[in-house]
Amino acid sequence: MARGTVTQRLAATGTANALELRNVSKKFGALEALGDINITVKPGERRAVLGSNGAGKTTLFNCITGDFPPTTGAIRFFGEDVTTFPEQERIRRGLRRTYQISLLFHGLSVLDNVYLACRGVSRGRFSMIRPRRNDALMQSAEDLVRVVHLEDAKDTLVSDLSYGQQRQLEIAMALSGAPRFILFDEPAAGLSPTERRELVEILTGLPSHVGYIIIEHDMDVALRVSEQVTMMHNGRIFKEGKPAEIEDDPEVQALYLGGGHGHG
Amino acid sequence: MVAIDRPAPREDSRMWIEKIPAAYWALVVILLVIPSFASDFVMFQIFGWTFILGLIALSLMFLGGYGGMVSLAQMTFAGFAGYMVAILGASAIDTISQGWPWWVVIPLALILTVIFATAVGWLAVRTEGIYTIMITLAIAAAFFYFTRQNYDVFNGFQGFNSVLPPRLFGVDWRGPEAFYYLTLFWAAAGYFAVLYVARAPFGLALQGVRDNPRRMAALGYSVTAHRVAAYSFAALLAGIGGILLTWQSAQISPGTVAIQPAIDILVIAVVGGLRHPIGPFIGAFLYVLLKTFAVDVLVALGLGGERFNLLIGLGFLVIVFFSPDGILGLWEKLRASRNRDPLTGRERH
Repeated sequence: MARGTVTQRLAATGTANALELRNVSKKFGALEALGDINITVKPGERRAVLGSNGAGKTTLFNCITGDFPPTTGAIRFFGEDVTTFPEQERIRRGLRRTYQISLLFHGLSVLDNVYLACRGVSRGRFSMIRPRRNDALMQSAEDLVRVVHLEDAKDTLVSDLSYGQQRQLEIAMALSGAPRFILFDEPAAGLSPTERRELVEILTGLPSHVGYIIIEHDMDVALRVSEQVTMMHNGRIFKEGKPAEIEDDPEVQALYLGGGHGHG
Repeated sequence: MVAIDRPAPREDSRMWIEKIPAAYWALVVILLVIPSFASDFVMFQIFGWTFILGLIALSLMFLGGYGGMVSLAQMTFAGFAGYMVAILGASAIDTISQGWPWWVVIPLALILTVIFATAVGWLAVRTEGIYTIMITLAIAAAFFYFTRQNYDVFNGFQGFNSVLPPRLFGVDWRGPEAFYYLTLFWAAAGYFAVLYVARAPFGLALQGVRDNPRRMAALGYSVTAHRVAAYSFAALLAGIGGILLTWQSAQISPGTVAIQPAIDILVIAVVGGLRHPIGPFIGAFLYVLLKTFAVDVLVALGLGGERFNLLIGLGFLVIVFFSPDGILGLWEKLRASRNRDPLTGRERH
């Protein structure tokens, strides 16, 4: 597959959608985890993906990031067909994700974690020269630590952070190195009400050209930080619409919200 | 594998030289003045050997502590460098030794060692944990038997003798005092190089690979390439140690690269502690003291002198049992318990 030159890619991004999934399905043996998924996300658009456990939300993320390829279908990222690209190629094109389970570097400090994330998409990954304090990457790592309100803990080892702080760090790492599109996998899970408010602030405060898809069980968070909602059920898309429409939809309420929408 | 040292607060505006604690300065002064009162035996045999073994064990500490990879082939890399110096330089076996000048021989020996280790690393990083130990052990064993059976290049069982350091600046570098400073210099250089690289992008990335290889791959790093590069860097340290070791005993033979010395290096690194580059030197000092004096102690107690390995083994068991982080870990435990209030168990401030 031709990956195209930088100019071709940049030209393609002008008019293209940020993310396009066409007839994507994923089978694990006989189990169909995803079936016939079609999603189009415009640049800068913020979308929530909702659904009960086992609806295929995380599988969808794994297909988009390249953790594993879809069984059928195509994925285009800013106009470019990335269906068969390895994970790091997608990262270099500006796709980021956060993880549900903690996949941080526990033996390193907060700042070092973010610095590694920034370094991963730039040159000099094998450099044996220590970064200076005014190093551009170190500066951007410091800025990101500030964005997620972790500046007081920047020299703390990740293993000494609280759970909520680890989730905040996870977001800082996703924001590293000029992302164009981010996949947030349940960023609010396990957070206290205060931390959830902070999370909403961080998400709504992102630069407007950065779009994202957020998987979230907390409806209060999900509906406040998204412009579009995709409901999934049993590996298929069940409904799409604006947050208000989804909230008021009787079918959705019966299936997912269980009548009154809750905090579950 | 656990965390290495904690990073220093970055806001500190003092010069780096002012931030070094007084105890470190005391250690530097002591190390520098030891030759003014120590005997030739202590300088050459005790400290010289400690610095050399510490440097070779440091290469294992770098791989294990920062990279999470335990290699039993570090002594093999050291011995390989020693062999290269003997083969390419001068020795008593002038039918094999090429007698090239030292400024060609030493860099070339180190380059060949790094290439050899990179190839071994390239094989070994495909495995994890116990399998890495097995594959590097297999390579160590294979190299040992190869040197013992190959007479054309490695001179078989006999190896090479009269392998001497060059008389640079008119100094006999095998003289006790000169050799002390020579080994001290390279041990210190290795120690500071490891400390420095650990905070450089390469070292940070290696620690990232240790903590979470999958995430590193997702961040755009090549996990395999970083692991292989760690072997190359570590081999440079081991190679320097191996050349010094060859000069110290003025000979290199298959006994240097046998399985026992390979395991000794692992014992030294683990007993000293894999958390900080000073650990291997503490372990090496203890090992050298035991190896040198345990025989006398045992004989004085009326036991067979050949039982000194039993003492080392017992020491190893005790340390691993009480502190998986080696002597460094014991030290930290002690410090933490002194800071703790004995009644409440809380930390004092």
